[in-house]
Amino acid sequence: MRVAILQFPGSNCDWDSEHAIRDVLGVSAHRVWHKARLPSETEAVIVPGGFSFGDYLRCGAIARFSPIMHDLKEFAERGGQVLGICNGFQILCESGLLPGALIRNDCLDFRCLNQNLTVENSNERFNQNTLGGSLVLPIAHGEGNFRADESVLSSLEENQQVLIRYDGNPNGSVNAIAGIRNSAGNVYGMMPHPERAVCSHHPCLDGLPVLKAFLEPLLGSIPVEVNSG
Amino acid sequence: MKVTVFVSPKITVLDPQGAAVEQAMKSLGYESVEGVRVGKTITFEMEGSDSPDSREKLDKLCDGLLSNPVIEDFRYEIEEG
Repeated sequence: MRVAILQFPGSNCDWDSEHAIRDVLGVSAHRVWHKARLPSETEAVIVPGGFSFGDYLRCGAIARFSPIMHDLKEFAERGGQVLGICNGFQILCESGLLPGALIRNDCLDFRCLNQNLTVENSNERFNQNTLGGSLVLPIAHGEGNFRADESVLSSLEENQQVLIRYDGNPNGSVNAIAGIRNSAGNVYGMMPHPERAVCSHHPCLDGLPVLKAFLEPLLGSIPVEVNSG
Repeated sequence: MKVTVFVSPKITVLDPQGAAVEQAMKSLGYESVEGVRVGKTITFEMEGSDSPDSREKLDKLCDGLLSNPVIEDFRYEIEEG
């Protein structure tokens, strides 16, 4: 098992993530319960979307204290690859693995649509060459309004830690930020759902380059045979 | 002792709920209302009494779980007995 997909009570994108990684990209992946230990052979972790612990108190606030988060923090500190999607992004922000926080959408509506996004040149894996200049990815969230104080925001921008931005800002995020990475470049978080855009019956296939960029250290130069059927 | 924690969005952070509630108050005729912020209260019982030691513990609890310092402020009241 190379990719661990964390499962909290209330996670609901765990199976989609497993399907995208294992069945479509052909990389060994398994779901790991939040009370279990992170398997020692883990090479990458996905913190999937959903409503962990019912979003009680704040989105991601309770999941942060799940037993597996201790292992996840150690894994990230050792340089392990971590991707948080939607609620997973909220959990990574709450646990301090990514800067900032996600609050209620400024429109107060739950936004569920295929969202146009602009790709930023962030690093050698996430840039306009690897992902294309723009993407369409599904979003589905009520609390995706990214917030950070002035100094954090300017350091995110200066260090090119912004991965993608919304076109026409659907939730009021500062600088239309839809996804970021940490300064070391091994922890990634985004509100859009790449795992819901990998099959012919999905709205589009733009999740594939995003997931491949994330898994690039595992995939190396071996060409990935994509089964998008 | 009985503890009541008040968590509110930081003044520098946009509060979409507060803005919506303010709009509703104005449409109800309360036109002079301004600066509405929606927060939450959390109440619980805890062993011990109001002391620097308990306040240190409470600060840690509020900072670490009950509020997110990036977006929220907190204060609490302690009722003895």
